[in-house]
Amino acid sequence: MTSVTDAPENPLPFGRSRSRRAGSGSLIGWLRANLFSSIPSTIISLALIFLLAKACVSFVQWGFWNAIWTVPDNQTGGCRAIRGLGACWAVIPEKYRFILFGTYPFDQQWRPALSVLTFIALFLVSSRRSCWRKELMLAWVAALVVIGLLMWGGILGLSFVPQDRWGGLPVTLILATFGLAFGFPLGIVVALGRRSRLPAIRSLCVLYVELIRGVPLVSLLFMSSVMFPLFLPDGFNIDKLLRAQVAFVLYAGAYLAEVIRGGLQAIPSGQHDAADALGLSYWRKNALVILPQAIRHVIPPLVNTFLAFFKDTSLVLIIGIFDLLTTAKTAIVDPAWQSFSVEVYLFVALIYFVFSFAMSRYSRRLETEAKST
Amino acid sequence: MTTSTPEPARRKRLPISLSNERLAGLFWQIAVVGIAIAVVTWLWSNAVHNLSVRRISTGFAFLGREAGMPIADAWLSYSPKNTYLRAFIVGIVNTLRVAVIGIVLATVLGTMIGIARLSSNWLLSRLAAVYVEVLRDLPLLLQLLFWYVLMQGLPAARTAWIPIDGVYLSNRGLVLPSIPIEEGNLWVIGMAAVGLMALYALRRRLIARQLLDGQPRPVWPYALVLVVGLPTLVSWGLGVSWTIVMPELRGFNFVGGLTLTPEYFALLVALVTYTSAFIAEIVRSGIQAVPMGQWDAAMALGLRRSFILQHIVMPQALRVIIPPMTSQYLNLTKNSSLAVAVGYQDIVSIANTTLNQTGQAIEAIALIMLVFLTISLGISLFMNWYNARIALVER
Repeated sequence: MTSVTDAPENPLPFGRSRSRRAGSGSLIGWLRANLFSSIPSTIISLALIFLLAKACVSFVQWGFWNAIWTVPDNQTGGCRAIRGLGACWAVIPEKYRFILFGTYPFDQQWRPALSVLTFIALFLVSSRRSCWRKELMLAWVAALVVIGLLMWGGILGLSFVPQDRWGGLPVTLILATFGLAFGFPLGIVVALGRRSRLPAIRSLCVLYVELIRGVPLVSLLFMSSVMFPLFLPDGFNIDKLLRAQVAFVLYAGAYLAEVIRGGLQAIPSGQHDAADALGLSYWRKNALVILPQAIRHVIPPLVNTFLAFFKDTSLVLIIGIFDLLTTAKTAIVDPAWQSFSVEVYLFVALIYFVFSFAMSRYSRRLETEAKST
Repeated sequence: MTTSTPEPARRKRLPISLSNERLAGLFWQIAVVGIAIAVVTWLWSNAVHNLSVRRISTGFAFLGREAGMPIADAWLSYSPKNTYLRAFIVGIVNTLRVAVIGIVLATVLGTMIGIARLSSNWLLSRLAAVYVEVLRDLPLLLQLLFWYVLMQGLPAARTAWIPIDGVYLSNRGLVLPSIPIEEGNLWVIGMAAVGLMALYALRRRLIARQLLDGQPRPVWPYALVLVVGLPTLVSWGLGVSWTIVMPELRGFNFVGGLTLTPEYFALLVALVTYTSAFIAEIVRSGIQAVPMGQWDAAMALGLRRSFILQHIVMPQALRVIIPPMTSQYLNLTKNSSLAVAVGYQDIVSIANTTLNQTGQAIEAIALIMLVFLTISLGISLFMNWYNARIALVER
């Protein structure tokens, strides 16, 4: 009978009589309570049903009914004839290897594929609460080493593949994961520094965080691709991917520092006093008492930051690094397939969506868990 | 207080010891600042060396040189013969044009979707939820490229899609009817703005008087006089013309009217839809943060739901909404730099072209940083002022 039990996600009485909604047992009752409860609501429902039906019909017509699924090698004339009326999904089987793995040697592409699987396994393991122990750090180090070995090769009979041949999904995942793996410790140090009692260290950390957060990521990436070489001594050249990676680590560090700082602020000062009373040094106090609690506080916003960061890796398109979005954009430069970018973008969107949706669901679950305990 | 070593024992030792809290602090600060200075000096000396090898002179003298870069979509008068400084100013105006209009539209759309998400209509709230979920989970750059491709896939100008008479949507962008703005028009617009401000001050006084005696005083007659009446009178007195210029198709393109280029339009749509999804979530959680008792109490008084939302719930929700909203506005402004991916010439794009033409990397990036830090600071200051205004006043 209470309003809390019937819809925890939606507890507002906008034009709703609550008792009716709670008492809806049958389909008709449910429809009346949720779609046709009042005259304005009925009008909205009917209009939405009409629009939705129209959109669905035209999407099914375009995407399935009129779509072409395969074409004999690069003969896209048939596809072009139905342009605007039907999709040309034939572009996906033709180009998916390039979109996923870029210019990685074709016969070696099981290696990036295996790397992607390793990444996914790593994420799955890290998301389990029962796995949140010290051993997890070892798992991360091991997984990242394995991925490095797989991608570069050069030993164990694997042929060496230079970084400029890498592309597609592995590059997106490498940028995101390595950015986080190094940005996270950096963020912790900077967050502690920003709350330090020492004025010089505090102002350095504030300067770093505010400078990075104040400018767009695009300009940081430009800086890494154009300005960074200027700041290095002669003959000392760092690969483009690595430079972008450095930019991402700095970027992630600044944003993660702010999230972690939020967690630090939520720790009652009694915890500091108690740790001091035990005679713990500054580092031991933070490592053993403060940080474990602070990070636990901010796990949901951390996951949201990871998600934002994963999406932001796509910006490397602007400095010409072959991540998933860049390979997609390049795949349709091919004259025969030029006019089917919508199909390719939808395909890539699906890949991004799977990763992001998993992350956002996960963060929401953590949030409800945190509320219930 | 932390190092509670017995006093006499410490006196016997050397006064310099890292276990002393203040000395340790001093040591750490000197060490960290020293390392920071050393790294910066090293990087700087490398840069000076590299620049001298490449014969690039540092400094902002290049701003006075002829830019020679075309800018397709400029609101200020500009030609490639103008200086780099002029090009930068055009770029700043282009950035602001996207950011300001984007912020307004995203706020309106996001608020609507946030409220729709809480609707009792199941279909409406589900659709709003799907909108939020899909748009938030896809990279903005992907969405931008997608919109841009869609824009390019539109019919040519000759077969443009005409939703309303005078509005043309084609692969040349969105063309709208416009009103040519001259000096007289500006006077009238200025008059209306002054009237609006006067109305705002008046409304506050009327509300203050209502608080004293409980008598509601209608605002709309004053609004009619100040915002509609006076400007109309000025317009009539000055003889200002408000003719609407309809765009016309001549050859392959449109003449007259206001044209939003496909680049600008795609960028605007992508930024607005993407940011509105985040704003919708902020609005939803803000409204939900207002205790249910507020609704119950207001409904017990017999108030209408729209009135409750507008006058009781929203003012309280705003306190929760404003701080995260500020960071969304900042995000939108920073994200407008993705313009470079579709070739809309905002400040980042122009700085990048300048950088490629002149090699003045440090100066160009310093200018980008300066512009964005200034805009960010401006938005933060305004939102902090607004936040302080609506903050809870404890009586």
